[in-house]
Amino acid sequence: MKVPYSWLAEWVKVPWQAPELGSRLTMAGIELEALASAAPPFSGVVVAQIVSAEPHPQADKLQVCRVSTGSGATLQIVCGAGNARAGLKSALALVGAQLPGDLTIKAAKVRGVESQGMLASAKELGLAEASAGILELPQDAPLGRPLREYLALDEPVLDLNVTPNRGDAMSVVGIAREVAALAGTKVSGPAIGGAPAGHAERLAVSLEAPAACPRFAGCILRGVNNRAEAPLWMRERLRRAGVRAISPVVDVTNYVMLELGQPMHAYDLKKLRGGIRVRRAHAAELVTLLDGQAINAPADVLLITDDEGAVGLAGIMGGLRTAVSAETTDVFLESAYFSPDAVLGRARRLGLQTDASQRFERGVDPTQQGRAIERAIALLTPMAGGTAGAVEVTQSAAHLPQRSAVALRAKQLTRVLGVELSAERVEAALAGLQMQVTRNASGWQITPAAHRFDIGIEADLIEEVARVVGFEAIPETDALGPQRFRSLPEEHPPEGAVLGMLAARGYQEAITFAFVDPALQERLFPGRPALALSNPIASDLSVMRVSLWPGLLRAALENQRRQADRIRLFEHGTRFEAGDGSPRETDTLAGLACGARLPEQWGVSKDMRAAAEFYDVKSDLAALFVATGEPRSFRFEPGSQPALHPGRTARVLRCGQPVGWLGELHPTLVQALDFTYPPILFELDFDAALAVKRASYEEISRFPQVRRDLAIVVDESVTLSSLAERVTLAASSLLRDLRIFDVYRGPGLEKGRKSVALGLIFQAISRTLTDDDVERLMASVIGDLRENLNARIRE
Amino acid sequence: MADLTVITRQALDEVAACADLAALEDARVRWLGKKGSLTAQLKSLGDVDAAERPAAGARINDAKEQVRAALDARREELRSADIERRLDAGRIDVTLPGRGEEQGGLHPVTKTRLRIETLFRRAGFEVASGPEIEDDFHNFGALNIPPDHPARAMHDTFYFPDGRLLRTHTSPVQIRALLEHGAPLAIIAPGRVYRCDSDMTHSPMFHQLEGLAVGENVSFANMKAVLHGFLQAFFERDLAMRLRPSYFPFTEPSAEVDMSCVFCDGKGCRTCRHTGWLEISGCGMVHPSVLRASGVDPERYIGYAFGAGIDRLAMLRYGVNDLRPFFENDVRFLRQFRTFGA
Repeated sequence: MKVPYSWLAEWVKVPWQAPELGSRLTMAGIELEALASAAPPFSGVVVAQIVSAEPHPQADKLQVCRVSTGSGATLQIVCGAGNARAGLKSALALVGAQLPGDLTIKAAKVRGVESQGMLASAKELGLAEASAGILELPQDAPLGRPLREYLALDEPVLDLNVTPNRGDAMSVVGIAREVAALAGTKVSGPAIGGAPAGHAERLAVSLEAPAACPRFAGCILRGVNNRAEAPLWMRERLRRAGVRAISPVVDVTNYVMLELGQPMHAYDLKKLRGGIRVRRAHAAELVTLLDGQAINAPADVLLITDDEGAVGLAGIMGGLRTAVSAETTDVFLESAYFSPDAVLGRARRLGLQTDASQRFERGVDPTQQGRAIERAIALLTPMAGGTAGAVEVTQSAAHLPQRSAVALRAKQLTRVLGVELSAERVEAALAGLQMQVTRNASGWQITPAAHRFDIGIEADLIEEVARVVGFEAIPETDALGPQRFRSLPEEHPPEGAVLGMLAARGYQEAITFAFVDPALQERLFPGRPALALSNPIASDLSVMRVSLWPGLLRAALENQRRQADRIRLFEHGTRFEAGDGSPRETDTLAGLACGARLPEQWGVSKDMRAAAEFYDVKSDLAALFVATGEPRSFRFEPGSQPALHPGRTARVLRCGQPVGWLGELHPTLVQALDFTYPPILFELDFDAALAVKRASYEEISRFPQVRRDLAIVVDESVTLSSLAERVTLAASSLLRDLRIFDVYRGPGLEKGRKSVALGLIFQAISRTLTDDDVERLMASVIGDLRENLNARIRE
Repeated sequence: MADLTVITRQALDEVAACADLAALEDARVRWLGKKGSLTAQLKSLGDVDAAERPAAGARINDAKEQVRAALDARREELRSADIERRLDAGRIDVTLPGRGEEQGGLHPVTKTRLRIETLFRRAGFEVASGPEIEDDFHNFGALNIPPDHPARAMHDTFYFPDGRLLRTHTSPVQIRALLEHGAPLAIIAPGRVYRCDSDMTHSPMFHQLEGLAVGENVSFANMKAVLHGFLQAFFERDLAMRLRPSYFPFTEPSAEVDMSCVFCDGKGCRTCRHTGWLEISGCGMVHPSVLRASGVDPERYIGYAFGAGIDRLAMLRYGVNDLRPFFENDVRFLRQFRTFGA
């Protein structure tokens, strides 16, 4: 909200310059967003009068003017504006003047005629978006006076941010009340009312929804000249407040709204049929609005109607049929109170948020409707003539909002704020806000002013006191609490440790959006139901991820595009699954490796520079699983997942329960997405996969271990885990460790068979194993493998 | 016995001339071995006159000792020369880079979040969390934001067809934590939040920190101390803090928290738009309706709550002047934050 300093000063004595005023208001909760002058910088422009205007000899549309600045010789100015005429007072940019937009005025010949400056339009001076001709100044404007001085264009304009709870502050008077409370003064301002009625006509008003509109003030004005122009001072004030001047009637209603916070509406009386009725809309009732658009008003919208139907959406916007125009001479002015409940949300739903709806939604002072009309009449008649009738106030007293007293307990005030304020200070703060303060045994009874819609409970009053005395008056006090030890379950791994382990293994953490491209997600997880947003920010960010892979793959592709050749990414976040009823959110840890096993470096084998494979990433998962304290509870079992290579996909199980996936991206996707190297992907349910079993001590044997190596040939279909299972079973508990040190397929072996080299390490806890012991164990292993896995022993 | 002097001389010369350990061993055998020249001298003692024999024997033994000492000394010399040679041959270029995997790292926003969690845990707060897909009650209704409330316009909410929504702030965790645990309570809830807004300074997904303390004796003054303490601990420096009255439907009194600009120490710079202050957080005393909606008696308990942008804290801490790189996942950006801890 823009507030010109001088307008404010008309209503309250402001003891501060604009910057100080701005910071005082900011520290009281009305934030100064910007402080600017009433006009952009310019210089060398003075009030001047056109003495004569003759046609330009060479150009039809130009005139050659003699212009006086009050002293010295007249200046010859060539001017193209249609309104340039003898006698007109306007703004003259002298030679050397600097105008907005980096324009410097020079003496020049225009079509062969010397011009010693430029007559300027409001637009050229940065005072309007558009203008029809040069600026027209009143006849009493003093010649030669710098325009900035004459129009007070260096006046500061405060752009204030009024919070939604403070509808009462959305006006010049509202801000004046705040200033008065902060400065300890009173709101003054022009006297309003007292003018006698010029005629006895009145328009019948009936309030058919009295709870929504309990008060409606109206007044008939006859013989208004709406073709006149509002005086320059008013047009300038409106401009500085951000409102365009239109016609005297409209300008005055806007002016009063900005000044008193009371939205008003003017009807062309001749177009109204019969009296006014304020009622709820019939379902989908057609209303054609001021701006020409026709809407079907829903039944919860309040309408202003005459005998022919709707003439406006109450508190939002007037209708087209009865709108005032240049021809209007007879006006019916409306100044009503619509309750916030009757307006709230309607404007937004209809896409019609207006200055009026914003104010009614937040609450307009229900006592000032008559005053506002009186103020409007007092402003309008001097500029546009006309005779005003009596101000008629129709109301339903029972439905008018009442401000009831609210108790403020001194103890509670101290308890909430943590500081003891003197009674005098509390009373001064609240009284300054025009509240009635009565002291009682426990504190005070406070009756807020009619315009304070936001004061209903004790907390509201505590806030007001704190705001006015200033938050800086409240100390910083350390809380003293019991020193309770909170539980620290070892089962939940510290997040930093988990993420840190992946980082130590070369992965970089990414954070990707939780909404992803539905096309990509569908390619990866065909048919998987995903939660779609009703109002996505972009079509490729419109469904919730069912996996972290879509985001990670996209991030990897972006990095590949930026010439990263080796990419290791991981993310810790939520994935979302559409369930029956409520959606399911799963805390997820996922990652991706793509490109060489090791970074480019000297002295490593070519092998280690080959593209990372399934097993490289599997070892990263193994590292995480070791840290869960029970690595043996995990199993990788061949699985099927459309996004992954059918032969290189593992379901990760923990104690038999699925907890994640590991696999290589499906070759068709590798190609379709244009990956240089096939990404290896993993995804784990954070809680299920990484829950920690506390480490427990196991005795270490002091006796030597014995190693025997065994090379066996088995069918390709025999997985290592089934092989290991058989070996472990057959070798008894004396098998300490089983190592796989080679897997070979190719020449020397039958097709469909592979050779696996195992290292068996035996050790007993209480004695040294003999050769006999070990031979017996090996025989048992070999026998078992031969019998159960059709294994052949390679010598 | 002139012989002996000559022999000794000869032996010592030969030992000195030995170039390696093998030659030295040969020399030892030749002079001191069973058939060695000096050993032969001892054997010839029988021919010496009995009266002179002891003296002669002593001389021969002296000579043998002399040669043996020379042999030992030379052996030591040759050995250390040999070690020197091998060390010299084993010299490497210590400036060549090390081998193996390179270090990855955590995202700067995660590092910041973990740092915040650590600081608040030390101050006695617990870390809570809640769902990212919320319902109207937890995100708005219970927080005193009924339908049509003007404050809803400040939240550009992502909706699902069934009326659920992506939480627009972490404040619903206040409600969930109180409903679950009751008062007294002191928590922070960091997490991802969503608003359908995207430009230079807004991301449709970002990170917020929620704080909530509810107890019988919790005051605005305590809140000021906690916020100021946190900011100083987080930025590891003294800084000024001020609270400006503001409006949030779920707190009353409500305040915006400004801290003195960490780039110019409050003198005024581009980052703080020459005000010397940076807006860093919103806070206030929990509104009685919110406590009531959370099953807590507002007469018995008082609470304060605050919220801050984790991404913004990360930007200020690391001097990142643009929000967007945080979510572009360019490894050249991410790799800049590979430092220990948070």
